[in-house]
Amino acid sequence: MLSELYQEVILDHGKKPRNFGQLASATHQAEGYNTLCGDRVIVQVEMDGETVRNIQFVGAGCAICMASTSMMTSFVKGKSINEIEGVFEVFHSAVTGGEADMEPLGDLEALVGVKQYPNRIKCATLGWHALSSAFKSPIQEEK
Amino acid sequence: MGSELDVRAEFPILNQSINGKPLVYLDSAASTQRPNSVLAAMDRFSKTSNANVHRGVHTLSQRATDEFESARVTVQNFVGADDSAEIIWTKGCTESLNLVAASWGGANLKPGDEILLTNMEHHANIVPWQLIAEKTGAVVRPIPISDDCVVDLQTFREMVTSRTKVVGIKHVCNATGVVNPVREMAEIAKSVGAIVVADGAQALAHVPVNVKELGVDFYAMSSHKVYGPMGVGALYGRRELLEAMPPFMGGGDMIRSVSFAKTTFNEIPNKFEPGTPNVSGVIGFAAALDWYESVGKEQIWAHENQLAQTLRNTLDQIPGVRTIGKCENQAPVVSFVMDDAHPHDVGTILDSHGVAIRTGHHCCMPLMERLGIPGTSRASFAVYNTNQEINVLIEALKNVVDIFSKC
Repeated sequence: MLSELYQEVILDHGKKPRNFGQLASATHQAEGYNTLCGDRVIVQVEMDGETVRNIQFVGAGCAICMASTSMMTSFVKGKSINEIEGVFEVFHSAVTGGEADMEPLGDLEALVGVKQYPNRIKCATLGWHALSSAFKSPIQEEK
Repeated sequence: MGSELDVRAEFPILNQSINGKPLVYLDSAASTQRPNSVLAAMDRFSKTSNANVHRGVHTLSQRATDEFESARVTVQNFVGADDSAEIIWTKGCTESLNLVAASWGGANLKPGDEILLTNMEHHANIVPWQLIAEKTGAVVRPIPISDDCVVDLQTFREMVTSRTKVVGIKHVCNATGVVNPVREMAEIAKSVGAIVVADGAQALAHVPVNVKELGVDFYAMSSHKVYGPMGVGALYGRRELLEAMPPFMGGGDMIRSVSFAKTTFNEIPNKFEPGTPNVSGVIGFAAALDWYESVGKEQIWAHENQLAQTLRNTLDQIPGVRTIGKCENQAPVVSFVMDDAHPHDVGTILDSHGVAIRTGHHCCMPLMERLGIPGTSRASFAVYNTNQEINVLIEALKNVVDIFSKC
């Protein structure tokens, strides 16, 4: 159902993405790019050891991509890499139609409607994939 | 003029529901649907004439070869070539363009030579040239276009010099429907002896195509853009050039004799057609061209252009919607962007109304970058579309506006 995909919370995050803009204090960053539709997000993270102290993103894309990335940034702030990757696994399973316990997803559950639209799943996971890459991509200090 | 043509019933695929709504197929610029006569021609070939071509002495092989070569004459006549040997069967435009770039480019390009391509080219007429430029030291340069996606002829004239060896032009722009001034550009290219390579993917079904009048050296075609099957197409090449070019791929049927000491190659077109070709595809391609001519090209164009113009006029009146690309006698491709909705979202919402459009960069990333947009929504028309379908599209777009005005 279209109304499950374009819920108010998604439209709201899509139009007014949270944590949007460059993060001056970023220690890690990575880009997610969908060659099919041109959606592009750059996720910037300030890590405190294994914990996300702060996170912002820039880029442009469809409502699902922008909303999902926006909701992700709000969700992961203050959480550890382990915790985040666990939730990403649940989220990924949920949006690809697998069995998933929605409990840990909180607000992110709104995005699960995307499972009815196989060609939009990548929109909902692009920001998450970028975040996963960012954890492995420390920003090199320029000398 | 512009009245609806009574052909819809010949396209069985159109008679179905998508997401509970009647299918409104507005993606013919990606692939046209096929009429019964094309399906029947391919089916008949499979049931009565299927055998390998140019090989057997038996009757079926001869029958298949005759039909295969007769289809070549159909394409030759369709594009006004002098000789059927100037028509090479390929998988489609992409292979045709790769053939020219690798074979002609590989044999003729030198370091510092320039390959000029319009800024609106499809990736299929950019990447093969980049690959051969990398190998030969030639340089690829974009020919600038206006905000309306029209080639800047004045700048093009200034760019053409003795270094110019190739000019690549799409006849009709798949992303915007803009028709390029191929003949004028070919004349300018000829003044310095450059070859002109036209990508005819979108042109065949929508504008007059005559390779002699256009003055092109090569012209690439895809069957599935003109009511034929996928995976088959053709390359027109001027005989003199094709004869001088080295083979593109090696194999059977493209040789005169093979020994481990020396292999000699067959004459054109066989030199460029190694391996068993897609014979039923070729039969279908020719049947599609026959069908298209039997309906009447002018009537088809009048009908689909009226539909496209009606849609452009309607879209221009919706606040927050902007159509992309503008020229005289524009082909029936209507690209647009909406202020509040990304093309990908538009595509999903339209699909829920049974409306099939294409969204994204249309394999023209340099064009999108030039126009400063991530992509467009594109409705494209063919002979079978109706004015009623435009109404359905507009209603569906109102739903898009409704959804995105909620917040």
